[in-house]
Amino acid sequence: MFHALVAIKQVPDTTNIRIDPDTGNLVREGVPAIMNPYDAHALAAAVEWKRKLGGKVSVISMGPSSFVITIREAVELGADWGALITDRKFAGADTLATSYTLATVIRAIHEKDPIDVIFFGKQAIDGDTAQVGPGVAVRLDVPIITYAVKIRDIDLRKRQIIVERKTEKWTEVVEAPLPALITCEKDIAEVPFAPLPDLIRSLRYEPEMWTADSPVAFDPEYIGVRGSPTIVFKMGTPPLPEAGEKVNSREVGVQAAVKTALDKADAAGILKPLLGGVK
Amino acid sequence: MSARRFWVFIEQEKGQAHPVSWELLGVARRLASEVKEEADAAGDTVHVESILLGHQVEAIAHEAIKYGAERVYLIDEPELADYRNCPYYKTIAGVARKYQPEVMLIGATTLGRDLAGAVATALRTGLTADCTGLEMGEVKGAKQKLLLATRPAFGGNIMATILCRQSRPQMSSVRPRVFPMPPYNPDAVGEIIREEVPLDEKDTEACILEFIHEQAENVDIEYADVIVAGGRGLGTPEGFKLLEELAHELGGVVGASRPCVDAGWISYAHQVGQTGKTVRPKLYIAAGISGALQHKVGMQNSDFIIAINSDPNAPIFDVADVGIVGDLFEVIPAMIKEIKARKEALA
Repeated sequence: MFHALVAIKQVPDTTNIRIDPDTGNLVREGVPAIMNPYDAHALAAAVEWKRKLGGKVSVISMGPSSFVITIREAVELGADWGALITDRKFAGADTLATSYTLATVIRAIHEKDPIDVIFFGKQAIDGDTAQVGPGVAVRLDVPIITYAVKIRDIDLRKRQIIVERKTEKWTEVVEAPLPALITCEKDIAEVPFAPLPDLIRSLRYEPEMWTADSPVAFDPEYIGVRGSPTIVFKMGTPPLPEAGEKVNSREVGVQAAVKTALDKADAAGILKPLLGGVK
Repeated sequence: MSARRFWVFIEQEKGQAHPVSWELLGVARRLASEVKEEADAAGDTVHVESILLGHQVEAIAHEAIKYGAERVYLIDEPELADYRNCPYYKTIAGVARKYQPEVMLIGATTLGRDLAGAVATALRTGLTADCTGLEMGEVKGAKQKLLLATRPAFGGNIMATILCRQSRPQMSSVRPRVFPMPPYNPDAVGEIIREEVPLDEKDTEACILEFIHEQAENVDIEYADVIVAGGRGLGTPEGFKLLEELAHELGGVVGASRPCVDAGWISYAHQVGQTGKTVRPKLYIAAGISGALQHKVGMQNSDFIIAINSDPNAPIFDVADVGIVGDLFEVIPAMIKEIKARKEALA
């Protein structure tokens, strides 16, 4: 039987975040919360392989209790079991504290119900760090395959997984022993429409709630703000550079506007080498 | 008296060094100079060093010296020939434990991002991803200057400066082209120190079965000298044909803002911005791009920026050296014509 564990994160839909032009503050109101898109694809891949091999998909997420909806969404997409790691003591965690917290949870689940493959999205769209997946793999001392675009095979008898990962230069076909951790690109699987029984089950699904003390005890030195070596020193909008000259082609004519622009590039020593270099 | 070491990870694959490694050596030299006075006063020494892993890659170590490394820690082993997460992070963590660097910089490439989070976790230290600004600065309550790492947050809408008070090294990853290439000094001398880190058999169990090279989409916008980029103002995917023509005249490539890529007008390989590529060409022409912060952080370090937009209040004009307010479908053809004429005149 196959046991996949998927770590999911709820994120603000960053495509909708804007800055108040008067105060320079983030406008958070009305920004919808969504399941991190890469995590949704990772989950879809886990569910696909569960259907192929038989078994189950567990999901975990860390955040405030309102994140229950993200676990329910995962159940809707085919997860069988979910836990929300929620406690004010976890708040303010940077990636190091987060990797400790998630690794501790995964280890506890693994002891009761051994896990074959741990799935992460390649990164979360709110932080874009891509650091937590590798951090968890290091703490669990399992092989990691990042930027996974395709799972070629999971062989439970030979205890190995074969994955295609896409780097900037090429695609690598990697073989790793199980258990392994993979971080997924969107190509890993399509997010399906939820089948009706899963949809109905998700509506009433109550995930297990894990706190900093139960069912496993976390070392308070390693969680939340105390366990985070990095702190935000300051925040702000970037300083505006000095804007250059603006010419209006409707006023001076298109040709004159183009000439002005190219003359300025020329005066800056930019243009001639470019024109000379190409025939 | 102690040694303050500023480290750069030299990224190489198949014997090819990634230029971001040199860019970071330039940053490390600057950071080192920022603590020089403080170090002199305290009787400390300051060193710019790098760490290089691979097999038969000594030539790259010599290159690193010419780009500014005083010392290169070289771990040259057959098991390190191809990059793999586990043997690489364990080796780097092992050497770092021995020399206790104060700062460690890693390129935020796919390889570097895979590696950096693992190294930081192994060393139980802080890591700030995708920094666009780095400086050594004084912080209240700290005995020495700390690394102030600035990065865009919340989808590139705001800048956050992060620091790491206690743990060492202070780690940052930096995307290619965020910082300029440092000068190359062919006469520079430095030291190469060979290190050995024993690995378990288990550390090398994951293996690469095959490399698949796809030549189809090979746009190198990161290191292009000229980029002609289009945005939503193009209206349709066909608009890129016009930009291609201009790019061709200038020996450049075509870039795009995120909405065009999201709409499927052009592939992700062309995307410039926080979620795409960071670029710093000699000439950047932005056509029909409004200039969201997330785009600007990816291109504002270009040497010269020409912006073309019909909206005189488009934020892209704030970062442009020269802006043309007008219809890009009139301006670009006129520009192509003018450039052809100037080339004729030069010939």
